[in-house]
Amino acid sequence: MKKRWNIILLLILAFALVWPYVGPDYQVYLSLSLFSYSIALLGFNLLLKYVGLLSFGHALFIGLGGYTTAFLTSEFHIPHMEFSIILSILICAIVATTVGFICVRYVKIYFAMLTLAFGMLFHSVLMKTYHLTGGDEGMALERPYLLGIDFSSMGTIEFFSGPFYYYNLGILIIATIIMWRIVHSPFGLCLQSIRDNPDKAKSLGIGIRKYRLYAFIISGCFTGVGGALMATATGHMDPGMVFWVHSADLVFMTLVGGFTNFFGPMLGSLIFIYLRDIITSFTEYWRFIFGALLAVIVILCPGGAMEALTNFFKLLVGKTKPGEKI
Amino acid sequence: MIETVFNILFSGIFYASILFLVAAGLQLVFGVQKIFNMACGSFYALGAYLGIFFVNSFLSMGGTPLLALLPLLAAGFVLAIIGPIIERGLLKFVYDRDEHFQLLLTFAIIFMLEDVIRLFWGTSPQLTVGVYMAFGKINVLGATIPVYNLIVIAAALVIAGIMGHIITHTRFGAIIRAAASNNEMAQAVGLNINNIYVKVFTIGTVLGTIGGALVIPTTAAMSEMALDLVVLAFAVVVIGGLGSMKGAFAGALLVGILKSLTITIYPELEMLLIYLIVIIVLIFKPEGLFGTAT
Repeated sequence: MKKRWNIILLLILAFALVWPYVGPDYQVYLSLSLFSYSIALLGFNLLLKYVGLLSFGHALFIGLGGYTTAFLTSEFHIPHMEFSIILSILICAIVATTVGFICVRYVKIYFAMLTLAFGMLFHSVLMKTYHLTGGDEGMALERPYLLGIDFSSMGTIEFFSGPFYYYNLGILIIATIIMWRIVHSPFGLCLQSIRDNPDKAKSLGIGIRKYRLYAFIISGCFTGVGGALMATATGHMDPGMVFWVHSADLVFMTLVGGFTNFFGPMLGSLIFIYLRDIITSFTEYWRFIFGALLAVIVILCPGGAMEALTNFFKLLVGKTKPGEKI
Repeated sequence: MIETVFNILFSGIFYASILFLVAAGLQLVFGVQKIFNMACGSFYALGAYLGIFFVNSFLSMGGTPLLALLPLLAAGFVLAIIGPIIERGLLKFVYDRDEHFQLLLTFAIIFMLEDVIRLFWGTSPQLTVGVYMAFGKINVLGATIPVYNLIVIAAALVIAGIMGHIITHTRFGAIIRAAASNNEMAQAVGLNINNIYVKVFTIGTVLGTIGGALVIPTTAAMSEMALDLVVLAFAVVVIGGLGSMKGAFAGALLVGILKSLTITIYPELEMLLIYLIVIIVLIFKPEGLFGTAT
């Protein structure tokens, strides 16, 4: 089974590499959102899948990453993307430490509510400090240097479907590998033991709050990197990116794709971004269809699209073992 | 000085009345069904839009603006119909699920209702004309208070009183409290829990739609109103304590008055202060000011 998954991953990777050459420009541009959301969701799902905490305020970190990049490129004229990413990680780590210190003392709905409140607190700060952040209007971002190379002479489409595409893909791969290592490390196992049985984990000497806090910080940093890339791709950052509905979008993507699977959220963001694009091309009522889709998934298929897909795949190869995991 | 205080107080209490209605619906549903219904904001928006439609039809048929309260309340009650549809059609499947899924299902309802509103009324803001001013204004100690605001405050108080009476003094209220405190036991003694859930959810829906209908002579109905109100209602119930009616009352008063106070004195602080209080309450008293009671 494992071997087969490696083959699938390699096929997907190969496809991602040639995609800018074969895909239409607009679809290639859309995949930039796919990559940045995937990175953000890697962080989000660390909390949901491995720690069992549902954050309803993760757009806070997308905002931190995005605004950090916006300030660096437009205000301070430091266009290096790597610098933006590193600073985003630092800022997200600092904020996640403070916010997380308070939030991880609670679980379930209280955790969701606290993270929601912190996200909205940041949202109202952004709205009110308009002399700095442009308030409602938001901020424009300038095109960054990638690995120290200035691409400002390049056309917009060439830049986004060329260097920036591969840059995003590269960071997504690095982030995925790091997250994969984290969740399969002893640390990741500790997190799962806390999720499954906090009392037992405690009796084994695992500091519950400490581990939850670490997970929260790591999660915030990943989401912040996603935010920095997201804002660069759209060239614009506004408080709407931090509004609670955007946090809910992250939850949406994760559950649609399937939060119980490591790669589920990525599939979810793929569905969210491309399906929305397809639906909006023939009706303006995409929200209704999305709402209905979400309701159907919540009611009928809580494992999300990934579970449906793996079941179908197993059925296809005819090797279904009950309870088998990837 | 004194008139400023009165102005702040009255606009705050007016705001609180509306918030209380929506939050009371949220609390009732959370208390009995244990679902945090984020779609309460959409019910509020639906009430607002249908209220405008009813009032404007009423006026164009020659009705006097002074009776506008009738079509507004009618709009609120007509929307009771979506209560059973949503409860039987969607929520009944997730009562035994993880609360993450329950939250998400109500989020799905927000998405769907947003497009329902868009389908009927489009995206441009909707207004009622001439209702608000028809009621005139009165002077209280030098402060000018629109009479309509006083009517809404009175209406909210009456509704709060009726709710309180039903919950504490009637057979149906006893059944609701029984289902809220232990629904398995309630079923064991022969109560039809599905029936209770439908009724409770419908009452919760109507509280939201009436809140939206009553607010509408004072402001325009816009597409963002649902999403903005959800976070305010959220603040109210967190401050007051999840599931508590007294909490909804106190929380709504606090949020309403704070909102009008900051808008008058230092608008930059408006939502900031409310979220800060929410966070402080969650940290020091996560069960809220009036927590644990139903």
